[in-house]
Amino acid sequence: MNTKGATSSGGNDGNPSDSASPPPSKKNSKRPKYSRFTQQELPACKPILTPGWVITAFTVVGILFIPIGLVCLFASERVVEIVYQYEADCVPADYSNNVLAYIQSSDTNKTCTRTLTVPKYMKNPVFIYYQLDNFYQNHRRYVKSRSDTQLRSKAGEREIKNCPPEGTTKSGDPIVPCGLIAWSLFNDTYGFSLENEVLNVSKKNIAWKSDQEHKFGSDVYPKNFQSGGLIGGAKLNSSIPLSEQEDLIVWMRTAALPTFRKLYGKIEKELQANENITVVIQNNYNTYSFGGGKKLVLSTTGWIGGKNDFLGIAYLTVGGLCLFLAISFILVYVVKPRPLGDPSYLSWNRNPSGHLN
Amino acid sequence: MAGAKKKRLRLSKIYSFACGKKSMKNEELPPVGGAGFSRMVYCNEPDCFEAGIHNYPQNYVSTTKYNVATFVPKSLFEQFRRVANFYFLVTGILSFTPLAPFTAVSAIIPLIIVIIATMVKEGLEDLRRHQQDSEVNNRAVLVHQQNGVFNNTEWKNLKVGDIVKVEKDKFFPADLLLLSSSYDDAICYVETMNLDGETNLKLKQALEITSSLNDDSNFRDFKASLKCEDPNPSLYTFVGSMEYEEQQYSLSPQQILLRDSKLRNTEYIYGAVIFTGHDTKVMQNATAPPSKRSRIERKMDKIIYVLFFCLFMMAFIGSIIFGVKTKDDLKNGRMTRWYLRPDDISILFDPNYAALAAIFHFLTALMLYNYFIPISLYVSIEVVKLLQTLFINRDIHMYYEEADKPARARTSNLNEELGQVDTILSDKTGTLTCNSMEFVKCSIAGTAYGHGVTEVERAAAGRRNGKPSVQANTNGMNHIDNLVDSESPIKGFNFKDGRVMNGKWVNEPHVDVIQKFFRLLAVCHTALPDVDENTGKITYEAESPDEAAFVIAAREFGFEFYKRTQTSISVLEFDPRTGNKVERTYELLSVLEFNSARKRMSVIVRDEEGKILVLCKGADSVMFDRIGKNGKEFEQETRDHVNVYADAGLRTLILAYRELDEDKYKELNKKFNEAKNSISADRDILIEAAADKIERDLILLGATAVEDKLQDGVPECINKLAQAGIKIWVLTGDKMETAINIGFACSLLRQGMKQIIINLESPEIQALEKSGDQDAITKASKESVLRQITVGKFQLIPSSGSSETFALIIDGKSLAYALEDDMKNLFLELALGCASVICCRSSPKQKALVTRLVKIGTGKTTLGIGDGANDVGMLQEADIGIGISGAEGMQAVMSSDVAIAQFRYLERLLLVHGHWCYRRLTSMICYFFFKNIAFGFTLFLYEAYASFSGQPAYNDWLLSIYSLLFTSLPVMSMGIFEQDVSARYCLKFPQLYQEGVKDVLFSWRRILGWMFNGFLCATIIFFGCNKALEHQAFNKEGFTVGRDIIGATMYTCVVWVVNMQMGLAISYFTLLQHIAAWGSIALWYIFIIIYGSLSPTTSTNTYQIFTEALAPAASYWLVTILVPITALIPYFTYAAIQRQFFPREHEIIQRLRAEEKSNGIANDPEYINNMVR
Repeated sequence: MNTKGATSSGGNDGNPSDSASPPPSKKNSKRPKYSRFTQQELPACKPILTPGWVITAFTVVGILFIPIGLVCLFASERVVEIVYQYEADCVPADYSNNVLAYIQSSDTNKTCTRTLTVPKYMKNPVFIYYQLDNFYQNHRRYVKSRSDTQLRSKAGEREIKNCPPEGTTKSGDPIVPCGLIAWSLFNDTYGFSLENEVLNVSKKNIAWKSDQEHKFGSDVYPKNFQSGGLIGGAKLNSSIPLSEQEDLIVWMRTAALPTFRKLYGKIEKELQANENITVVIQNNYNTYSFGGGKKLVLSTTGWIGGKNDFLGIAYLTVGGLCLFLAISFILVYVVKPRPLGDPSYLSWNRNPSGHLN
Repeated sequence: MAGAKKKRLRLSKIYSFACGKKSMKNEELPPVGGAGFSRMVYCNEPDCFEAGIHNYPQNYVSTTKYNVATFVPKSLFEQFRRVANFYFLVTGILSFTPLAPFTAVSAIIPLIIVIIATMVKEGLEDLRRHQQDSEVNNRAVLVHQQNGVFNNTEWKNLKVGDIVKVEKDKFFPADLLLLSSSYDDAICYVETMNLDGETNLKLKQALEITSSLNDDSNFRDFKASLKCEDPNPSLYTFVGSMEYEEQQYSLSPQQILLRDSKLRNTEYIYGAVIFTGHDTKVMQNATAPPSKRSRIERKMDKIIYVLFFCLFMMAFIGSIIFGVKTKDDLKNGRMTRWYLRPDDISILFDPNYAALAAIFHFLTALMLYNYFIPISLYVSIEVVKLLQTLFINRDIHMYYEEADKPARARTSNLNEELGQVDTILSDKTGTLTCNSMEFVKCSIAGTAYGHGVTEVERAAAGRRNGKPSVQANTNGMNHIDNLVDSESPIKGFNFKDGRVMNGKWVNEPHVDVIQKFFRLLAVCHTALPDVDENTGKITYEAESPDEAAFVIAAREFGFEFYKRTQTSISVLEFDPRTGNKVERTYELLSVLEFNSARKRMSVIVRDEEGKILVLCKGADSVMFDRIGKNGKEFEQETRDHVNVYADAGLRTLILAYRELDEDKYKELNKKFNEAKNSISADRDILIEAAADKIERDLILLGATAVEDKLQDGVPECINKLAQAGIKIWVLTGDKMETAINIGFACSLLRQGMKQIIINLESPEIQALEKSGDQDAITKASKESVLRQITVGKFQLIPSSGSSETFALIIDGKSLAYALEDDMKNLFLELALGCASVICCRSSPKQKALVTRLVKIGTGKTTLGIGDGANDVGMLQEADIGIGISGAEGMQAVMSSDVAIAQFRYLERLLLVHGHWCYRRLTSMICYFFFKNIAFGFTLFLYEAYASFSGQPAYNDWLLSIYSLLFTSLPVMSMGIFEQDVSARYCLKFPQLYQEGVKDVLFSWRRILGWMFNGFLCATIIFFGCNKALEHQAFNKEGFTVGRDIIGATMYTCVVWVVNMQMGLAISYFTLLQHIAAWGSIALWYIFIIIYGSLSPTTSTNTYQIFTEALAPAASYWLVTILVPITALIPYFTYAAIQRQFFPREHEIIQRLRAEEKSNGIANDPEYINNMVR
């Protein structure tokens, strides 16, 4: 609007002499006050997606992502990992048709000894994980079946609202820790030895500090745990407070997905390539009912964590895609250049009959 | 009292027979004594026992929607009528059951916040209405207390039966019975602008019996009782009778003063209150305006249904899978997933009743996926619209300095509809024109005087120069120039000619004719002079603005009409012989009224020399036939001039006179009086014949040309709107010639256009009308209209290829037939084929009908614009009603959706505000759906990995505050500030407006595209995060991820994606948008730190999540860089390709602007013209 000039000079409000015909009562004038906000004239940057910007953006992303991808991939490659799937392996041949009987019987020998070869030098600490497949720790019933109050302090012992059917014993005494999560605590155990020398498995610092310090009380001791008719998983030493029971704490932090790993312990000794480690597995945990797998994992870590090439590959792919798009845009722009804002492209200019009046 | 005495003239006598008759005509008396005739009013004893039993309402008027008691239930009810809100209410209630996937409090709090916010908004709006009401209710009026003492009382305390005294220029506080006035004959003048929009004064007269009660003390012992009709909305009828001094007197509307009309030209009146408060006719008329919802909102509802469908589908799929999986938990009595203890389980997960569990799960899923339905959408839209309304109200470019009136959006519902208008239906008088006539030209004795340039001529000149856009731009300046040019502009007079001004006319040839011409202007009218006692200046109150213009013109020419008595008219005349001003008084013998059939008026006067003159003015179509043989001296020249004036869009009148000798006058007057006094049915015909005898053998003096001045900038505005592809229909009550003239003036009609005129003026039909056979007339008329429409349509067909444009002009009578059911579609087709449509002589009802026809027939958005009460129907019927608040009339404004002061502001209102609001709201809604899908769908994907058990991926509180905290500000800033192109470019390229008309920004393609983008982003986020973090160690300490870490990482990605996506989608970044977007992202980090530091009881699994787990881990940061950027690439690529190869209009203009800025050619007019052409 060209009237802008006129109005903005009139817009210096409070100046009574500016207007040619001032309204009779200037004081009560309903004239809107001028402000850049109400006039919608706030200073703004108005970026447009020009080919230049598009190409620059893609190039920058490409150039940044490819090195990041390479670094990630490199870090992931440096992590050494031994994965041993044992749920089928560790069932004696005569039980292979009846695994459930094997696992549910308390008389069968669950010990299973295997030898694993270290493929590459593994720097200490070497982390020991157990990996379960098809185990829905994220099931709503399962997730809810716990009592944070009870875990945190002795006073909350009777807080078992969400715990049934593992809330109380038959006689009505509260179970500590209650609920399905604790009840189904993983109870396979692993023993390691290197050329007949036992490798110590450290169970310290395998849980998050915040859990140990704030969510599991140091005055809370297991009580009536796994004493009912149906035994779920591991038993707990009732003389150790929950805050020290790191296996439980790890287990209680429920996994996001049905396939998950949980930290079992650490070997503080470095392992050399081609060393043979003997593993003694107590195969107690029942994953057979629901067809879940069990894996033993020995892994080192890098700054990126454990071994997973996905991040590196994803960075490389996205970076590559961006570079490709950048080049495509450049080519298109060279082949078919197009002036910025050519008015002839406006539809009413392209199509004369569309021009009204 | 002294002032009043001076005015004690029997003014009513001047109005020979017309005034009284006019109001009588409107009455169709309902049967007296029938039902609805029970009201009893005891004048001057409002507190008596009988008045008490009737318990008539207080005069307190309330227009609020709620009161203190009903506010909460009523507004809650209103809110839960919305499907989405009702759904949230149901899920909120369900969340208290064990079905809920999250805690009840976290689910219900967002709903409560949203509901409270909406209620606060409703409450504030209602409070404002209440304040307006209380302003009116607390106005003061003089009420008779006792013993003839009148005291000021507030309006709200008036009671039926009170005697009130209303002073000049005050509004009547209730419906009153006029008892007496400052005039002896108890007349008073009333302005009913607020009721019917008519500007002329209406005459009311009290009963003779009460007319003497014109002093305060008279009311000491006054008693009367009234019986009258019950409250009803009919403004023009009243039936009642008064018992006074044991006599019955019947009452008519002539004695009734209606609330909200204004006392004018009368010092004071006394009246008795008949109807109070909501019983008054004006309040009875105030029907609740139809609530209008915009097209966008209606479509939005559909989208919400689509989302509901998605939600139900997802819940359904989930439930089936959940049911199957649950059933599998117990196989042949053996538990499979033993860790869930399916042997001892609540019904929600019981494998034995898997089907039932699935049904319960369905309810859980409905709650879990509620993030698909944006809970805060409605309240956000309302807040955004409120701010948009503020922008409209505060726009300094739509503020009208002269009347001190800014634009006012009365409802915020329709802002975006302003950007989609396809057809404008406009009133003419007061809307396109100022409704103030200006005397511009005249032709006297065959010579044309007056150099003024009319709008039409200016427009024509503009077209010849071929630079309408430049002219449009400078319009505002022109207006100011005009004001400066003529030193002191006189309202109603815009005549410039040195030959006749300032008494120079005495040097012209035919000086005697000129003198007679001016004298006729000064004498032949029914106006009243109003002398300002302080300044001595005279203003005139006239029945029509035309008349006022004539009297003012006469004054400016030196013939100042200053006094009127019942029998005389006094004029201060310039005497050409002496050069001095002389007082002349003309004895008024008779007035022959103007009416639309006669198209002329005359006065018969006797001048000081005793000559009897018949002074007559009228339309050219009737006047030239009445010119006598010896009066035709200048006929040819005058005819030529009149034609020229008509082409220039002026209203012309022919002036002529006749001298009568005493005998002839006596003879004619006798006949006339006989006719007047006859009481037979053919009285009108007799009067007509008598008048006809008088008004013949006239001597032509000349012609006047009056401009019904177009409002400033109307032609330019119409031009712009036409360029924007908006069709404009003019619906006017005016006659066809005037309408066509104005059509030309405001460039609605052009010389090259072919006019298709439909009317019923054919001789056959006129002949039939004389015969009076109604059936035959109807039949013939209908056939004639049908034939004309069909012929018109045939004309359209061959022209479709050529550039010839058509204009359709139809008159009210034909319109009545054309709007009948069997013909209306044909008529609509014809009308849509024409570039301009003008309906003349259309009644308010027809205006509304035409509006409905267009609205329903085309299915497009219609906008009605008007200023008078006769436009109310049209405004309410149209999708958007715009009231012109230029004059004082409030009826149109009260029923409008947006009120503006001048027609030309429509341009800015539609092209700038409408366009922006449309764009903002559509973008905002699309984006809203995007952000909720992007979030909600991650939940669904996660469910797929949690055996659809209904466990959400995120912490309860993170779920519930997503919509409120992290994404609401950016989306609102988008709805408030987004501008695709600046106001200047919106106006420069009006064609851009078509984006809204064609609804390209809210097409299903775009909506679904955004939804698809939401699904895509959710998928990328979910799989990106889960694959990257999967099951390996998450940090150097070897810890693996749990539900908490994955959830928080995904949440981080979602917050980044939706906020960055907004950055890509908008094209106007103010500081506030930066703050909103970056602030929301920062807020997320701040929130998670604070929330994580609360005790684990509150924060549960997010306890210290960020400080302990996420922040120190490199993989968290790597994922949250990779995933959001990846998720944005599809949209970015799409946008880049689309803008490069298939750019939309606004995108091209954005580039134009960028280019102009860099080249500095923005102000090259040649360049701009190339753009526009």
